[in-house]
Amino acid sequence: MSELIPLIVAKYNYWLYIILMMIGLYAMIAKNNLVKKLVGMNIFQTSIILFYVSIGCKKGGTIPIIHHGIHAGRHVVDPAHYVNPLPHVLMLTAIVVSVSTLGVALALAVKIYNRYKTLEEDEILARLRAK
Amino acid sequence: MNDHTPALLIILPLLFAFMVSGMAWIKKSLCYPLAVAGSGLCAFFSIRVFTHVLRHGTMQYSLGGWEAPWGIGYHVDLLNGVVLVAVSVLAFINMIATRKAAAIQFPEKEGAFYALYLLFIVGLVGIVATGDLFNLYVLLEVASLTSYALIALGEGRAPLSSLNYLYMGTIGGCFYLLGVGYLYIMTGSLNMADVASLLPPLYESGAIWVAFTFCMVGIGVKMAFFPLHVWLPNAYTYAPSAVSSLIAPLMTKVMVYVMIRLMISVFCVDFAFSVLDLGSAMVWLSILAIVMGAALALAQKNLKRLFCYIIVSEIGYMVGGAWLGNAAGMTGAILHILNDALMTICLFLAAGTIHYRINNLDLDHLQGLFGRMPVTMACLVAAGLSIIGVPPTCGFFSKWYLITGALQAGQYGFMAALLFSSLVNVILFFRVFEIGYYGDPGHGHMHGSSPETRTEAPAAMLAPLLILSAGLVVMGVFTGTIVAAVIDPIIPAGLAR
Amino acid sequence: MKTAGIIIVLLAGALLLYATRDFPPWGALDSPASTHVSPRYLQKAMEETAVPNVVTAVLADYRGFDTMFETTVIFCAGIGCFILLRVFRQRPGDRYYRHIATEITLHIKGGRIPKKSSEFERIDALWTPYDLIIKTVCRILVPFIQLFALYVIAHGHHSPGGGFQGGVILGASVILLAISHNMRTAIDRFSEKTNNLLMAIGVFIYTGIGTVCILLGAGFLDYRSLSAVLFVDKIMARSHGIFGVEIGVGITVMAVMISIYNNLASAGKQDEGL
Repeated sequence: MSELIPLIVAKYNYWLYIILMMIGLYAMIAKNNLVKKLVGMNIFQTSIILFYVSIGCKKGGTIPIIHHGIHAGRHVVDPAHYVNPLPHVLMLTAIVVSVSTLGVALALAVKIYNRYKTLEEDEILARLRAK
Repeated sequence: MNDHTPALLIILPLLFAFMVSGMAWIKKSLCYPLAVAGSGLCAFFSIRVFTHVLRHGTMQYSLGGWEAPWGIGYHVDLLNGVVLVAVSVLAFINMIATRKAAAIQFPEKEGAFYALYLLFIVGLVGIVATGDLFNLYVLLEVASLTSYALIALGEGRAPLSSLNYLYMGTIGGCFYLLGVGYLYIMTGSLNMADVASLLPPLYESGAIWVAFTFCMVGIGVKMAFFPLHVWLPNAYTYAPSAVSSLIAPLMTKVMVYVMIRLMISVFCVDFAFSVLDLGSAMVWLSILAIVMGAALALAQKNLKRLFCYIIVSEIGYMVGGAWLGNAAGMTGAILHILNDALMTICLFLAAGTIHYRINNLDLDHLQGLFGRMPVTMACLVAAGLSIIGVPPTCGFFSKWYLITGALQAGQYGFMAALLFSSLVNVILFFRVFEIGYYGDPGHGHMHGSSPETRTEAPAAMLAPLLILSAGLVVMGVFTGTIVAAVIDPIIPAGLAR
Repeated sequence: MKTAGIIIVLLAGALLLYATRDFPPWGALDSPASTHVSPRYLQKAMEETAVPNVVTAVLADYRGFDTMFETTVIFCAGIGCFILLRVFRQRPGDRYYRHIATEITLHIKGGRIPKKSSEFERIDALWTPYDLIIKTVCRILVPFIQLFALYVIAHGHHSPGGGFQGGVILGASVILLAISHNMRTAIDRFSEKTNNLLMAIGVFIYTGIGTVCILLGAGFLDYRSLSAVLFVDKIMARSHGIFGVEIGVGITVMAVMISIYNNLASAGKQDEGL
């Protein structure tokens, strides 16, 4: 038990993001309404973004903008002072991808609604089977 | 490294895609020529890159001038090179063959259609050429988004099928991204070669095999490996014919390439076979995929849907071949990527041509087609024989390698599944041929189209189809050369010969 | 479906949680991610690219190729929404016109469309009464929002910001006009043709800068070669190259945001919106 507490303190952020991911994944698989699936997709993608950003965290680090200006001086930059910039860069891309997928999915949802007048998957399938 | 062809391979269709989409608002008639120019240049440069790699060995290109792992690097070896040629050449031929069909199906939005077409090619070519794990994810999303939009342009159930494909495809892409994230947190790098050099000390760690599992499951969703294939039949059946003959041959095969690349170059073969010992399990899953694909295909009444289940079966061949664990199996899998792309595009182009003339692809409407559309049906026969595995078409040779590999590895179940699938393909295709040959065109539910319109398709659609069908035989005849020159050097040393 | 969902979620969650055993602790300074590739970015960004914001330097220079495809992804989304939703020839549906002097509303069902006139104004089906405060305030705010957006794009070198963020704010300024007035006003001011052309031009600028780098002798997106054209030294050429691509990104993101909003809110007709 005594070694569980340091484990939890060291890694609880990853556990929280994994739980969020699983909530989003469950919504995408199990929900009936097409827009609720979309919301689940957004939760899933956002939690992956949070996971990546937390990889780059450093204890005591500040944002990765090098001190510059008149009073900065030409001192050597110590990477330990600044947070890892690479996950932030990757996640800018992931955010844009998530927004784009959301846009296309909403366009598809509008088309489906115009045709079937409902967004519940079981009603749509029932209507298709009845044809 | 003054040769910029690996970069030009991707930039030129990209530039042309933007020009096409802008030109749609200025002068519509220029959209199609620009699109053909863009995809033709892509095909030309990919052939140049491949010949360069054949003569001089692996080609590396650092984008932005920064060496990997600090920048993004392209790493083109024989495996990439040959898949690049396959993808770009088939996409170019398809663009020419489906011109008339596209003009009918998307009358006012041709510019946007060809822009999305070119961007799909860019996405696939980028996935094949890149040497960076995250760059692969971004290009995977480019290819996926364009395919969701293109598939949804069909009639009837197309938007619903595309939305289901979107949900499953996004799960697949995000699983792959999670896998890459786990690799990054353990190794600190995103470049494939760099990760491969950093992984061996970490093989025993749990995070690495979870990363491997998630990458493989993510790629498995996108390549429609049974039971993750549920999006494929609806998406490819209801897509417009110009779109299904582009996406169906290429998308899933490029995903098989990604799986092989991850197995060979990132997590090396020692990991996949010795540390994890997944070979037998994956082969059993492939047997399931082959058998279920074949069985479900028997129940289909629509020609395109039948072809979709054949694709599911073929993916089972490739995954099983790659996971057999010996050189013959891997050779069969890589050869089958090329052969299956060619066979599938012949099938779907023939289906598209039939749809152009009679607007209905249900099997009972195909009666008497041999009399009315002899050339199209001849090409369909050639493609069917190749899928069954009749020499000298290319399908026979890749099946031969797969069966040899199965015998060497002692996987008799896999060999039995291959033979069972060939038998089922015989039944499927001969049923189609029988309907086409013996049926009377007067019977059946013909909705008011007069006899003189049901003639052979225009030459512009037939010529590419004939070239591709001839290519099936040519590929078969030259199999020995291809295997010796291209595939043998790729097989990693760890696999049993 | 729900049971299948629960099983999959539990299995995947268990695998992921199991793998966190081997992770380095949160915030550790010696983790592989913090010591392998990224220290070089932090140490060398100022001297190699003269850009203090390391995220912008990595985004637009070291990994600029990824950013080009990111911009392509959002361009695909814009074109995708356009190709899926846009209907060009529509039967004229119901239209509502309001006589300005007497405030009588006319409902015209289909048929011929009346010509524009100064006594009648066209209103949306979901019309709300004329609100002076909202319309005036939003109209005044739009240029300031755009100015701030241009600041965010240009100052991405020195503070958090850059092309994507600024582009979204620029798009929001036009969407604000569409929400506070109505969509036809926004489209009159910023037409669909201009919008779609800008979508293509922005990404074309990005790829074009990379191609210019090839034509000038260096590799793709290697901004060093731009020093010959811009008459600065190689390091400042990188900084200016980064700025150039950020402008391209900003233009495309703005145009795509406006286009997606227009197509979604009007279900493709670009006639009446929210």
